[in-house]
Amino acid sequence: MLKLTTAMLSAATLLGSCGNNSGNSSGSNGALRSSNAEKVYVAPGEYDEFYAFMSGGYSGNLTVYGLPSGRMFKEIPVFSQFPTTGYGYSEETKPMLNTSFGMVPWDDAHHPDISQTEGILDGRWVFINGNNTPRIARISLKTFETEEIIEVPNSAGNHSSSFITENTEYVVAGTRFSVPVPQADLPINEYKGKFKGALSFISVDKETGRMNIKFQILMPGFNYDLSHPGRGKSHGWFFFTTYNTEEANSLLEVNASQNDKDFIAAINWKKIEAYVNNGGGTKMVANYAHNVYDESTHTATSTMEKEVLTVNPADIPGAIYFLPTPKSPHGCDVDPSGEYIIGNGKLSADLTVHSFTKMLDAIENEKFDGDAYGIPILNYEAILAGSVKSGGLGPLHTEFDNQGNAYTTFFISSEVVKWKIGTWEVIDRKPTFYSVGHLMIPGGNSRKPFGKYVVAMNKITKDRYLPTGPELEHSAQLYDITGEKMELIYDFPTHGEPHYAAAIPADMIRDKSQKIYRLDENNHPYAITSPDQAKVTRNGNEVHVYMSMIRSHFTPDNIEGIKVGDKVYFHITNHEQDFDVPHGFAMIGANNSELLIMPGQTKTLTWEPKKVGVWPFYCTDFCSALHQEMQGYIRVSPKSSSLDLTWTLDDE
Amino acid sequence: MKKASFIMILGSLLLLGLFKFPLWNIMLGAPQYPDPLGMDIYIDGIQGVSEFDLQNIDGLNHYIGMKVIPKPEDMWEFSIFPLIIGGMICLGILLGILGLMGKISSHWFMGWFILMSILGIAGMYDFNNWLTAYGGDLDPHAIIKVINPDGTPMSYKPPLLGHKKLLNFDVTSLPHTGAYMMFAGMMLTFIAFFVGRKKVKPHN
Repeated sequence: MLKLTTAMLSAATLLGSCGNNSGNSSGSNGALRSSNAEKVYVAPGEYDEFYAFMSGGYSGNLTVYGLPSGRMFKEIPVFSQFPTTGYGYSEETKPMLNTSFGMVPWDDAHHPDISQTEGILDGRWVFINGNNTPRIARISLKTFETEEIIEVPNSAGNHSSSFITENTEYVVAGTRFSVPVPQADLPINEYKGKFKGALSFISVDKETGRMNIKFQILMPGFNYDLSHPGRGKSHGWFFFTTYNTEEANSLLEVNASQNDKDFIAAINWKKIEAYVNNGGGTKMVANYAHNVYDESTHTATSTMEKEVLTVNPADIPGAIYFLPTPKSPHGCDVDPSGEYIIGNGKLSADLTVHSFTKMLDAIENEKFDGDAYGIPILNYEAILAGSVKSGGLGPLHTEFDNQGNAYTTFFISSEVVKWKIGTWEVIDRKPTFYSVGHLMIPGGNSRKPFGKYVVAMNKITKDRYLPTGPELEHSAQLYDITGEKMELIYDFPTHGEPHYAAAIPADMIRDKSQKIYRLDENNHPYAITSPDQAKVTRNGNEVHVYMSMIRSHFTPDNIEGIKVGDKVYFHITNHEQDFDVPHGFAMIGANNSELLIMPGQTKTLTWEPKKVGVWPFYCTDFCSALHQEMQGYIRVSPKSSSLDLTWTLDDE
Repeated sequence: MKKASFIMILGSLLLLGLFKFPLWNIMLGAPQYPDPLGMDIYIDGIQGVSEFDLQNIDGLNHYIGMKVIPKPEDMWEFSIFPLIIGGMICLGILLGILGLMGKISSHWFMGWFILMSILGIAGMYDFNNWLTAYGGDLDPHAIIKVINPDGTPMSYKPPLLGHKKLLNFDVTSLPHTGAYMMFAGMMLTFIAFFVGRKKVKPHN
C-alpha cells in the first residue's frame, strides 16, 4: 500500500507537479528544532568539522563548504574562466583551458574525488571531471588551486569520472557517449558496432600528482554512466555502470530503455596494467592537451600530447566481465569492505547488489550467460548478493557509513533510504527537497567513512528559499546519521549544480593550507622581487610593465610613452608576505578581467589601449586603510607619438 | 668553597642561553592580526617570531612614519653585547676555577654579581632609550599622524615591560628564555657567594 502511494506521488513529481509541498514539511517540533540548531551551529570564530568539496556542475568550478554549517568558503576555478581572480584570463592561466579544440573556457564539472592512500582519504588532492569537453583536473589541497588539467581523447561526455583507485594509482575517466574511435565522418545510424566507449586509466604520480594517460580500454559502444573502484578485497578492479546496451543512436529515452538488464562492467585493471607494462596495447595517434600549472613560476604551460595507448578487450581475455544489472543502472557504488557492488537501476524500485566473492566464483566456474562483443556476461543469479526492496522509485546513488549501513537516493520519489548491508532491509527513509541526485557522506566512498552526516544534493529547489526569479541555486539537505533514524537538521543553497561532492575531516588538511607564496621562491620570468627593479620595456608595439604592489601603492604608478595600438602586458608581483593581503589590479577598458594577486605571486594582464588620454588603474581588493589611494595613471599617446617610455613613483 | 665554586661556574654557564634564546620578546596583536606579529630581541639582533613578522611590522609602521626595525649592523649594541656577555661568562668560570683551587674567596663571586647587575641595568637603560627613540622618531610626512591631547605627537614606544595599547595594537613586552636563564644564572652566583661564605667561616 505504501509502495503504491509512493509510486503515485512519484509519478506526480515526475510529471512536474508539486502543488502540495509547502516547503516546511520537515516535521520537526520545537524542541527537536532547537537541538537541531545546536547541531549545525558553528559559533563565531569556531571551525566546521568537515571540508566539503562540491562540484559546480555547469559553473565548471569546485566550491568549498563547511559542514555542518553549510557555509561556503571558496569557489575554486577549474574549467571555467573566473574574472574574479583572472583565472583563464591572465597570461599565466590561459593555457589551463587549452584543449585540442582550442581554448574552451567552460565545462560541466561533475564528480570530485579526494586522493586516498590504502583506501583512506589522504587529503592531498581533489580530482574532478569536465563532462562536456572531456578533461580531468587535479586541485591541490595545499593551495586550493587547480594545478593540472588533462584532456581525454577518444571520449565524449566524460561522465563516469573522475574516480580514483585506493592508493590514487589511477584517476579513471569513462565516456558517457560512445563515438567513432578514431573520430570519422560516419552516418550516425551506423552507431551500432562501430562506435566505441573509451575507459581511460590516468596514472597519478605518487609525489607530484602529475597525471598521464596510461591506457584506454576501447569498450563496446554503450553509455558508461558512472563508476567506482574496488577497495580492500576488490582492489585492482573497477566497476562501471552502463546504459544503452541497446546501442541506440536516437530517442534514447525510449530506445535505450528496452533491455530489462544493462551491465556493470567489471574491469580487472591490475591485469590490464600488467599487460601494457609487458608491451601490450596499441599506440594510437591522438591529439590532446595536457596543462600543468607550475607553482614556482606561477605559470601554466599547455603541451599537446600526440599518442595514446589503447587496449582492445578482445586482446586480453579474462580482464573484463559484464554483470547484468536491471533497469539502466546509474550510480555504481562499492561498499567499504569492497565485497558489494551496488547498481542503482534508475528505472527500478529496487537496488541490485552484486557480490565480489560470487563474481570471482562465477568467473572461476565460467557461469556465463553468453557474451557481448566477446566479453563474457556473468550469470545474474550466480553473482547476486541480494536486492534491496526499497519502496522508492528511481534509485541513483549510494554511499556508506562506518556502521554497515548504506544510504541511497531516489530521484523520482525524492528521498534518502537507509538500508542494512547484508540483510538488505530498509531501516529508515527521509524526504528530500526535491528530486535528489547524489548524496555524500564524508569518506562515504572509501574504506573508512566518517559517518556523521549525509548531504543530499537536489536537482529541484522550488520553494525552499526566498524566491529569486526563475533561476534558483540548488538546494542541499544535511541529515544527522549518528542515530538509528536519519534526522534532517539543515537545508542550504549550493552554487551551480553540485552533482557530487567529497568531504574530509577538517583537521586532515586545515594546517597544511598555504598562507602565502614565498617571494624568494618566485621564479616567474617577469617577477620583480624589489620595487627598484620596476621597469617598462618596449619591443615594437609590445610593452612589458614590470610592476610591484605593496600596501598601499604600485611601483611604478605613473607611466608615459604608451601608444594607441600597443599591446601592454602588466606583469604584477604582490610583494606582501603576510597572510590574507591580496591586491587587485583593474585597468579601465581592459577587454578581459581584473587580476587578484596573492602575496608573493606574479600575474599578467594584457591591455590594448584604444583611446588617447590618461587612464587610471587601481587596486580592487580593499587591502588597507589607504586602499583608495592605491591607484596610478597611464598616459596613452597617439600611435604616431615619439614620446619615450618613462615610469615613476612619487616622481622618482 | 668547592660547592660554591661549582654553583658559580654553573651560574655563569647559564648565561650561554643568551646566545641561543631571545633576551626579550615584544608581541603585537590587533583585530586583524589574530595570530600576533612578534619580535624576538637577541643580544646580537632582532628577529621575527614568524619568518615575515619584521617585514610586516615595518610595513604597518610605515603608515605612522616609524623607522624600520634596525638590522644588527645598524646598532653598536648588537656587536658589543655578545662580547660583554661572553667576557662575563669567561670571567665567572675563571673565578669559579680559582675558587675551586682555593686561590680566592667567595667575595669575588659577589663582585661578579654586582658587576653583572650594573651591566644589566645599563643594558636595560640603553634598551629603553632605543625603544623611546624608535617609538618617537617619526617621519614628518607620515601618512597617519596622531596627536596627543596636549598637542604633542603620539609616541609609539613599546612598553619596556608589560602591556600597552598603541592604536589598534595590543603590545606586550616580556623577558624571554635567554633573560630567564640569565636571571637564574645571576641568582646562582649570588647564592654561590653565601654558600662560599658559610663554608669559609669555620676555617677562620
